[in-house]
Amino acid sequence: MQGEKKGPVLEVRDLTKIFSRRGQPSVTAVDRVSFSLMPGECLGIIGESGSGKSTLVNMITRLIDTDSGQIFLKGRDITRLRGRALRSVYSELQMVFQQPADSFDPRRTLGHGIGESLRNSGWSSADAAEEIGKLLERCGLAAAFAGRYPHEVSGGQCQRAAIARALAIRPSILLCDEATSALDVTVQQEILSLLQTLRRQQGEEFSILFICHDIALVQQFCDRVLVMYQGRIVEEGIPDNVIQNPSHPYTKRLIDSIL
Amino acid sequence: MKQTFFRNHENRSNRILPQEKKIQAGIKKDRTGSARARLVFFGLLAFLLLLGSVFSEALAPYDPDLQDLTIAKAAPSAAHLLGTDRYGRDMLSRVIAGSRASIFSTLLLVAVITAIGTLIGVFCGWNGKRADAVLMRISDIFLAFPGLVFAMAVAGLLGGGLHNAIIALAAISWPKYARIARSQTLAQRETAYLKAARLAGSGTVKIIFVHLLPNIMGPILVTSMLDIGTMMMELAGLSFLGLGAKPPTAEWGSMMSDARSLMTTAPWVAFSPGAAIFLSVMVFNLLGDTVRDYADPRSRDL
Repeated sequence: MQGEKKGPVLEVRDLTKIFSRRGQPSVTAVDRVSFSLMPGECLGIIGESGSGKSTLVNMITRLIDTDSGQIFLKGRDITRLRGRALRSVYSELQMVFQQPADSFDPRRTLGHGIGESLRNSGWSSADAAEEIGKLLERCGLAAAFAGRYPHEVSGGQCQRAAIARALAIRPSILLCDEATSALDVTVQQEILSLLQTLRRQQGEEFSILFICHDIALVQQFCDRVLVMYQGRIVEEGIPDNVIQNPSHPYTKRLIDSIL
Repeated sequence: MKQTFFRNHENRSNRILPQEKKIQAGIKKDRTGSARARLVFFGLLAFLLLLGSVFSEALAPYDPDLQDLTIAKAAPSAAHLLGTDRYGRDMLSRVIAGSRASIFSTLLLVAVITAIGTLIGVFCGWNGKRADAVLMRISDIFLAFPGLVFAMAVAGLLGGGLHNAIIALAAISWPKYARIARSQTLAQRETAYLKAARLAGSGTVKIIFVHLLPNIMGPILVTSMLDIGTMMMELAGLSFLGLGAKPPTAEWGSMMSDARSLMTTAPWVAFSPGAAIFLSVMVFNLLGDTVRDYADPRSRDL
């Protein structure tokens, strides 16, 4: 299975998450979502807040459990993996969070956070330290940033460090959950061009799932876009086509709201 | 005169830069700076008390249990700085010897309940579900009891003695720590940095010890520092009631209890252990206050 190059690197089938609480009607946050991410592709997922984007991402990274449906990583079903087997998934799948400063342990240096995955996979701390420096430089930061604490750097710098952390273990998929939303416009563009450079360097080996609520960014950055509305995928296509010929009422509203 | 003036003047012009820096730093870090100075001061005092309690045998000028009825109830003098008690035992030696039972036991007690309470709280907060519900109801029961009464009941059940008094106090004090650790864990559990640690391939135990505990220890440590004084009083209180240290072991609470009948004839016998309790409780309370000030995130990294 793994040998097939043309197969999707990540495939999601009928993924569903229902939040239920006693005494309250249950909420279907994600409703039978299916899509696949091809090698080297950048797939955008767009939708308003509450549309289930983050729940979807949390299910793919297995931070929350799935109610039904399946997730395949390079053909391997990872939907129910636990413990050590699940940890091996994270060498292929990494994530950049929305709030850069919150995604680093406030009591540890950025370098500690970036090197954690390396040390967990058996690197010596000397080797890891060297690699951390290289990673930071690749992401446009001086190697000395490894010694800084999250509150000592700006949001853009912190997000660069977060990207360095995600790249450390050399994953084939990078999930960006609103990775640019908390940053101001100019820094947003810097981060996007960093991601673009990384894509160019890695080619087919590197796919991005780009979750965003800003259709302009998706148009600029993604090869393909999924529009999510109330837990479902209501539209799919090349960003330019979707923007010019929106078929679902929500997509129309979304585009109208910008123009 | 003139020379002095010029020298001063020169000094001033030379030092004007560092001085200015100091002033600026002072404005910025005043709270932190003074909190740190107090932390060092009270920390040192507390450390000295602890050191004294550990090396009490070497420090005591006389054998604290040596009776000499010929000098019973002697007033403070050069030979016996704090006087002697009804059996002619040297009060200074007994107070110093009593510090082991009082200070050392208290610190041990606080360390144990902090560790146990925190572990239980983190376990509850992290796992939730049934174990959480059961453990928290148990802690509710302990919290609902008047503390000292419960400790008396436990000490009464297990019999007297310092060990049993410590066990009794530990049994009623852990729920407070479990509560704090649980609520802190709940607050941190969904944070992005813990998710990031999971994505970095760290297991649950590693995440808890490397990332979660350092981030929730602040409020817990402050509570335990503030508890040292309280626990010292309660331990002395239990001993005073005869449920703690047994005579002839020197312990401040039981020494005071002993001295009750001598209050009018030989007040120094009650005075010295009382003053020892007062001073140590005060030092540890002030240390706790300082630690709280210092740990307050608003006073750090301004």
